[in-house]
Amino acid sequence: MARYLKTPLTALGLIAAAALAGCSTTGTDSDTASASTPMTADGKAPYASTYKPYPGRPTALVGATIYDGRGQRIDNGTVLFRDGKVVAVGDASLATTGYDRIDGAGKFVTPGVIDIHSHLGDYPTPSVDAHSDGNEATSPMTPEVWAEHSVWPQDPGFTRALANGGVTALQILPGSANLTGGRSVTLKNVSSRTVQGMKFPGAPYGMKMACGENPKRVYGGRGRMPSTRMGNFAVNRQMWLDAQAYDGKKRDLGKETLKGVLDGDILIHNHCYRADEMALVMDMAKEMGYKVTAFHHAVEAYKIGDLLRENDVCSAIWADWYGFKMEAYDGILENAAFLRQAGACVVIHSDDANGIQRLNQEAAKAQAAGRRVGIDIPDAEVVGWFTYNAAKAMGIEDMTGSLEAGKMADVVLWNGDPLSVYSRPEKVWVDGALMFDAMDRKRRPVSDFELGQPGEGDVK
Amino acid sequence: MKKFALLLASAAAAFAGPLAAQDFAITNATVAIGDGSDPVENATVVVRGGRVVAAGTGVAVPAGVQTIDGAGSWVTPGLVASVTSLGLWDVGAVSESNDTNAGNSPFSAALDASPAINPNSQHILVHRAAGVTRAASVTMPSSSIFGGQGSIIDLGADMNPITRARAFQVVTLGESGGRLAGGSRASSHALFRNALREANQFGEDARIPGMASRPAEQRTGDDLPIDPRLADNQTERGDDSLLTRFDAAALVPVVRGEQQLYVMVERASDILATLALKRDFPRLDMVLVGASEGWLVAREIAAANVPVIADGLDDLPTNFEELASTQSNIGRMVKAGVRVAINAAAMENPRNLNQYAGNLVALSRVPGADGLSWGQAFATITSVPAQISGLSGRAGMLTPGGMGDVVMWDGDPLEVGSMPTRVFIDGVEQPLENHQSRLKDRYRDLDTSDLPKGYDW
Repeated sequence: MARYLKTPLTALGLIAAAALAGCSTTGTDSDTASASTPMTADGKAPYASTYKPYPGRPTALVGATIYDGRGQRIDNGTVLFRDGKVVAVGDASLATTGYDRIDGAGKFVTPGVIDIHSHLGDYPTPSVDAHSDGNEATSPMTPEVWAEHSVWPQDPGFTRALANGGVTALQILPGSANLTGGRSVTLKNVSSRTVQGMKFPGAPYGMKMACGENPKRVYGGRGRMPSTRMGNFAVNRQMWLDAQAYDGKKRDLGKETLKGVLDGDILIHNHCYRADEMALVMDMAKEMGYKVTAFHHAVEAYKIGDLLRENDVCSAIWADWYGFKMEAYDGILENAAFLRQAGACVVIHSDDANGIQRLNQEAAKAQAAGRRVGIDIPDAEVVGWFTYNAAKAMGIEDMTGSLEAGKMADVVLWNGDPLSVYSRPEKVWVDGALMFDAMDRKRRPVSDFELGQPGEGDVK
Repeated sequence: MKKFALLLASAAAAFAGPLAAQDFAITNATVAIGDGSDPVENATVVVRGGRVVAAGTGVAVPAGVQTIDGAGSWVTPGLVASVTSLGLWDVGAVSESNDTNAGNSPFSAALDASPAINPNSQHILVHRAAGVTRAASVTMPSSSIFGGQGSIIDLGADMNPITRARAFQVVTLGESGGRLAGGSRASSHALFRNALREANQFGEDARIPGMASRPAEQRTGDDLPIDPRLADNQTERGDDSLLTRFDAAALVPVVRGEQQLYVMVERASDILATLALKRDFPRLDMVLVGASEGWLVAREIAAANVPVIADGLDDLPTNFEELASTQSNIGRMVKAGVRVAINAAAMENPRNLNQYAGNLVALSRVPGADGLSWGQAFATITSVPAQISGLSGRAGMLTPGGMGDVVMWDGDPLEVGSMPTRVFIDGVEQPLENHQSRLKDRYRDLDTSDLPKGYDW
């Protein structure tokens, strides 16, 4: 059905979900828990990642234009990877002996695309009520829920994000009905039977918070606190005071997560639209002793680029969404460009199972809006908005998000300029394993749900 | 200096008198006609008296006509957005500002969007600046399977937005139709057939003139006739009638084929069930809206000669009626001979129409996918929706005698990031300022050393 006057359901917080508690993950070989959550008897983090990279060939991408994700562009460049890791990135002089050579002439190479704000799996398609698992909208504070306990690995949306969007890693967040929505989970975009099989080894947890209209509408509408923005803040501040007093003697799932935030182990991803409200949230973080890593949606971030820079907070934004709710009324196309001009961190996010397939195009739109007002942002830097900057705000930038020796070989070969509407991923590698190939119709994942259905295995 | 320039600009916007059609020619530009052909370089477009006079290469500029150098620019017809809610809302989630649904109304088919359209809506201003010059706007089915009667509007900066009122009726017959009809597609079909039966009978008894609206073409919105179907009549109706008198009257031109019927359906079987309605109601003038599984029955749609306003890039099984959705849907339907426009209702904002069309071009380079040529893709957002909207040869195409809806772009209009530099509607140059552009001007820097931002306007 046509999404007539499509309002993002998650942004409106109109949907409901569930989940429980546990801890954080690290590397595949030595999963350790964060200080905030006890480990299981076998010494592993609960619900630990079981993801293992798939086999790959030593590969040399030669002759392509390379954007490394950190602002560097190499024409006629070479990318070498083997055993799941990037070996070298350089110009045409790099030796490729021992590597399978792929001719990238006329093509482009970027790091794998990373979406910092997705609800794939916790609001999967088909979007039926039985799948509505992203908002535990029964209390304004649910730090005890974990998004990973809602993720359905068979969501067909993961496959579209890979094939059409080149997405290799993504953060799944609880929705925004609650002031405190629960823990997020960062996934490798690799098909798996279990969510543990997708969990990004070593990624820190995040915690979703939301300010503004959604929580006060959802709970005020039920005659309970919060029903106002001041109520939002009161509930949040008391939550933090209670968390500070937690001594850890008796396990408390919610407090474990909040303690993890106060200890700096869990990153805050805060849904917030209005500039004045973001300024208040940054002061609340100072008052209570935690840090906001990124504001999500942040349609008015451009009004306070200086504050965001000073507080070292990223803005994870759309290129052009506006108007669907009161707090989105002042959205402008120049948001990213103005933030960048102010020296603040920009991440392009989707919050949408369709938009995640076009993060590159959204970034290009935002770049062009800057160009029209005299803010010229190099292509190589713009690519970082949906690769390295996202990784940084998710705490995984030491492992992925850029093409640098020793990092995971999460790589996209595009059939043209990734900032053009006319380009698509041709090949996508995750940890050096070829997980999508437009030239090989079988080299694409098909969800259990789509087997035997019309269009099974179609290019989609 | 910046402030001074802004002051002039806003003063001009505030105090300008009625805008007048200009005679002008744009030369040396890359011109896309909109008819499906590829763009041509070094071409000229001439507009006189609000109408296109000529477009293409080898066109001479008539003496005395103002010439605009289009070097480095693209020139196209204005984009035509169908289906939209432009002019019907201010803020989506602010219900009192939102006229797109009337779930509690006693009426459904009788709803007429035209008196609700607000030409000062920010969305009209924003989309005008994005190159959309005509649109179909309508309320959506919410109190029954019928959504009401949509208007064809222009996005000009004047108080007469209506190009054609009551141009089409909307009905939904898929999943949502089944829910609205009481819980089953079977009920939606029974309700639909009964409604047309009542309308047929009522129209004959009441001697209701069928025409949805007359005259077909209006230059301005101030000569709209009163809907003749709302005139009083004394006809008795059978005691098994379900429709209100006005709803029955509103469907008279539908059943007579004098008003288009936009049918919202997605599933292949729902599309075939819709096409089959022609057997019982042969005069129905139908358009399919959505049609995510259209590619599975593309030959049947083509054979029925029913055009489609299709969701551009839907590729997810969002529900059980879209299991086969794919971005190749439009390419495959076009290949089968179906006339297809991109559905502006299936995206965040109708201003993304060109991005969606560009993506269809991208698909032409993906093995196994079906895309469109540049010209075909551009037609899905210009001439084809114009034709479906009853503006064939008059809008969505730079053709002699057509409306002077002309857009100059700073680059390829299908490329993300390209934007209009000048927009003309009926030959009248349009202001491109709006709430967003004013915020952009104010926050170009964050300097508040002299005065608060509140004084920067």
